[in-house]
Amino acid sequence: MTPRPQLTAASPGAGPAPGAREDSRRAVPARVQWSRDLAMGVRFAFTGGREGWVRVLLTGVGVGLGVALLLLTTAVPNVMQARSDREYARMDLVFGAPDKPEGDNTLLVANAGTEFRGLDVRGRRLEPEGLRAPLPPGVSGFPAPGEMVVSPALKELLDSGDAALLRERLPYRITGTIGEPGLIGPAELAFYTGGEDLAARLGDGGVRRIDTFHAQKAPAEKLDPVLLLLVLTIFVVLLMPVGVFIAAAVRFGGERRDRRLAALRLVGADSRMTRRIAAGEALAGAFLGLVLGTGFFLLGRQAAGTVELFGFSVFPSYLDPAPVLALLIAVAVPAGAVAVTLLALRGVVIEPLGVVRTARPARRRLWWRLLLPLAGLGLLAPMIGKGGDSGNFNEYLVIGGVVLLLVGVTALLPWVVESVVARLNPGPVSWQLAVRRLQLSSGTAARMVNGIAVAVAGAIALQMLFAGIQDDYTKSTGQDLSRAQMEVSVPKEVSSEGARRQLAGTRGVRGAVALADSSISDRRLDPVSSVGLTVGDCAALREVARLPSCREGDVFAVRGVQDDTETPRLAEAGRKLFVDPSYQGSTKGAEAAWTVPGGIKEAAPRKDPTGWERGGFLMTTGALPAAAAPALSGRVFLTLDMAVPDVHEHVRNTAARIDPLTEPMTYTATERSERYDSIRTGLFVGAACVLALIGASLLVSQLEQLRERRKLLSALVAFGTRRRTLSLSVLWQTAIPVALGLVLAAIVGLTLGGVLLKMTAVPVTVDWLSVLAMTGIGAAVVLVVTALSVPPLLRLMRPDGLRTE
Amino acid sequence: MSIGHTLLGLLESGPRHGYDLKRAFDEKFGHDRPLHYGQVYSTMSRLLKNGLVEVDGIEAGDGPERKRYAITEAGVTDVQQWLATPEKPEPYLQSALYTKVVLALLTHRDASDILDTQRSEHLRMMRILTDRKRNGDLADQLICDHALFHLEADLRWLELTAARLGKLAEAVAR
Amino acid sequence: MTPAGSLLVAHDLRKAYGPTHALDGAGFSIHPGEVVAVMGPSGSGKSTLLHCLAGIVTPDSGSIMYNGREMATMNDSQRSALRRSEFGFVFQFGQLVPELTCVENVALPLRLNGIPRKEAERTALSWMERLEVDDLGGKRPGEVSGGQGQRVAVARSLVTGPRVLFADEPTGALDSLNGERVMELLTDAARSANAAVVLVTHETRVAAYSDREIVVRDGRSRDMERVV
Repeated sequence: MTPRPQLTAASPGAGPAPGAREDSRRAVPARVQWSRDLAMGVRFAFTGGREGWVRVLLTGVGVGLGVALLLLTTAVPNVMQARSDREYARMDLVFGAPDKPEGDNTLLVANAGTEFRGLDVRGRRLEPEGLRAPLPPGVSGFPAPGEMVVSPALKELLDSGDAALLRERLPYRITGTIGEPGLIGPAELAFYTGGEDLAARLGDGGVRRIDTFHAQKAPAEKLDPVLLLLVLTIFVVLLMPVGVFIAAAVRFGGERRDRRLAALRLVGADSRMTRRIAAGEALAGAFLGLVLGTGFFLLGRQAAGTVELFGFSVFPSYLDPAPVLALLIAVAVPAGAVAVTLLALRGVVIEPLGVVRTARPARRRLWWRLLLPLAGLGLLAPMIGKGGDSGNFNEYLVIGGVVLLLVGVTALLPWVVESVVARLNPGPVSWQLAVRRLQLSSGTAARMVNGIAVAVAGAIALQMLFAGIQDDYTKSTGQDLSRAQMEVSVPKEVSSEGARRQLAGTRGVRGAVALADSSISDRRLDPVSSVGLTVGDCAALREVARLPSCREGDVFAVRGVQDDTETPRLAEAGRKLFVDPSYQGSTKGAEAAWTVPGGIKEAAPRKDPTGWERGGFLMTTGALPAAAAPALSGRVFLTLDMAVPDVHEHVRNTAARIDPLTEPMTYTATERSERYDSIRTGLFVGAACVLALIGASLLVSQLEQLRERRKLLSALVAFGTRRRTLSLSVLWQTAIPVALGLVLAAIVGLTLGGVLLKMTAVPVTVDWLSVLAMTGIGAAVVLVVTALSVPPLLRLMRPDGLRTE
Repeated sequence: MSIGHTLLGLLESGPRHGYDLKRAFDEKFGHDRPLHYGQVYSTMSRLLKNGLVEVDGIEAGDGPERKRYAITEAGVTDVQQWLATPEKPEPYLQSALYTKVVLALLTHRDASDILDTQRSEHLRMMRILTDRKRNGDLADQLICDHALFHLEADLRWLELTAARLGKLAEAVAR
Repeated sequence: MTPAGSLLVAHDLRKAYGPTHALDGAGFSIHPGEVVAVMGPSGSGKSTLLHCLAGIVTPDSGSIMYNGREMATMNDSQRSALRRSEFGFVFQFGQLVPELTCVENVALPLRLNGIPRKEAERTALSWMERLEVDDLGGKRPGEVSGGQGQRVAVARSLVTGPRVLFADEPTGALDSLNGERVMELLTDAARSANAAVVLVTHETRVAAYSDREIVVRDGRSRDMERVV
């Protein structure tokens, strides 16, 4: 082992005499010495008996979990890209794209998508017009009418037995499955079925004629700067605790290691050697962590294919870490492990006869700890207000500022814990035990909760940002849910009155009102002025305007709608108008002529159930010129009995029976931007992972601490300490620093949130409920950890610990 | 140390000639001070007179050392009593204690009993000394300490011997 | 065969840890105010005997009567309460809570019994005075010497006025002089409080502070007073 025992050099108090050290080194070049010491550390890590194995395994698993999470993160851009690529590789119904001329290479596609109990089902009706018609990705042959190919997830759902209502809507024979290339995720519900006579419906919105599924290239869309800010913050917020966690994992079992190093000092290792050996041990743990982490990641990758979180599922093949980032992890984690170890050893003098903490560590100073968050604020300050005028944020400044603010949490927390705990007065015994312990080693406690504090501070800031910009990304739909809960739009080919009757007879439908819309204008072709025309019976018309009186055959002109200056001009008795005029270069309209009658009544505007206040003309069905009938596309507003289970599904089934191209819509009060939604989803997924990880690390250090105190616990039990007292003291010991951490996290989080909101030029409001919720989650983690550490505590409190023989 | 009891103890495992007794004694107990024949002779005649041994037979030849001795019932009882009586705690007991332990092993008695008994006797002495020390002046304390440490040394030796009884039994039986 | 007036009596105790029989028919008895040394080689079962007598460990079989009550019929919390109020403990090491100050350590058993902090610490300080460590009140165990720490532990064991004091190698980690001083103070304090002391030790000079000794060997005990 050591070249030569140097007991004189290893006398306590004095470091090795310089001469002696030189002497021992002369034979070995420094490089060899280095690698030998590191190797010895690695060997110690693995040959420390059962205890050693447990320690290195704990570190390995801890680091591994962190590494897996990091790898997952590096794969996230790939996931997004892969999903978007798949989406664009099957893009068929593109709005605004002109239909292709019919040929033997064209395909008619109609939207047949539906919704089932809140799950979106992507559906297409396909009708090839020739042998060279393009096949959608993942499909090997066109399904005939009455047949369909389905995604595995949809097949499973249909087979599951409680999807009878969906099966009723999709009564087609399943002839195959959609392969992976045709799906954006394993949990996606999708089907293709055969269509008939779709050419006749080509004018309708839902039908297209295409000659390829690859018409659109995935655009390199630039993320909205505010959304970019969100994404950056989420990444920083989620990754910081992972870093904190890895740093904590590297120090698992540190005290035992220090004692072993002391033993090495006794047989002649100098203090530099011990440091290198410790670094070697840390390296071993970090490398094991890298191996395990890769394993966890690969396992998680496979498992990811079977998991669906918040409607988001991915194929394992999407989870490809970016090589450069993966390499960075492979280098940074071991380097970080060594750095943390050496840093931790800085405050420790390992003497041959034991470990000496540098006598009473200097009182923690506040100023440089405050400097970090202040510097963070300083970085963010110049960008205040930039979000409003769609300007750009400097990514580096954002990341730097957020990181500094959050690192500020980890720097401030030890100071806060120390100064608060020093002022706490002992109360009951359990409290006294906890407080005194914290006073003695507040640093350990602070380190333990750092991860939670950072995560919560970040999450609070994000919550605020979300809540603040919610208005921007959440549009109020204006839909009046008290008047109608669903709407079914009916294609031109279908009589809206017939549809109304069928829908009214559906289970759970209380009322159904049918309206049909078209336009009416001053000229047959290329009109100068054009207004809306709404057709329905009196009851239906009352839904969209206030009528003085109404009899079948009446016609109304709506007066008093803002911005509608046309209607009064057109509503002159005797004026000749045209329903559904034609436009140059577009499909010919119905062009039905109609003369404004003498007794035209005036109606006052009223918002319809969709929140639209319409102007133009209203006609009772009898007043409509016969020629105009084909020009009407109908809508049926439904009021539902929400107590009937699956009432929406019943309506959708009826609608599908009426015509496959009907489009049922469920009203909601608000709708959010989808991209905004997916970012929020990402935050929740990430936060769930990070909190689980932090909980695990808390538990490990808690258990380790308990094991260290086994003898003391037994002695305390011997003189009659109640189990409750000790359990409570364990709870306090975690709860006090966590409470302080949460308070600090709330302050920093609110500050950060405020600054971020200012940056996006949104008025600062505090969503106290979400602050409460986030701190609550943090507190819940503590409770769970305490609850999990109580059984081992009770086991350790058995008198076996007193046995010395 | 009682040579009489030791010789009696040696006889317990079977009748022996006088020269046999001397040899066994020298081998086991007399490392630095071998017995004289005269000592054996005079001791044996005293034991004979007290009825603790009897003459088992006389071999052809001349000299008193040709007599074969055997232990009597009374002799066995005497050995038993001697072994069970702790030695008065005093410095340099080792030879007496050692003899007792070895004899107990030779005669298949429980040697740890001897040690326990002896420890108890020592402790009695040590309690007195400890008490005196607690109530006495510095000189008393120093004197008592000296005695206490010696007594403790005896006992520690005893403890060690007790721990090694198994090995000792093997060695003695050889 | 229970000696009249015994405070704590045990008969035929058996306790096995896996295949090893730590106790194999051991007995014990002690009178109020008596100091009994439990001696024997390492691994003989001395500590197990003490743990059984103190109700820390339940024997596999046998009976332990404390003050006329059978301990085997008590449940864990009753035995804990007994340990809190009637027994005191001194161990070789690892018994002082490192983060509490010395006076808080001494006051701990009183506080476990529900006595308010101020009052408990006052009583604690008076006991520390008797053990000549009252000047260490505000220090933590890590800042005092081994002998001082052990005296603090003795003060803690006596602070509740226990009727039996269990001391397991109380001087095991101390040098002779400190060990002796601790033993003197311990026995003096116990005698003046009329507390019985069960003193597990393998050192005869420590055992010399007892009134009598029993020897444990291979899990069996031997009462030397009645043998001789």
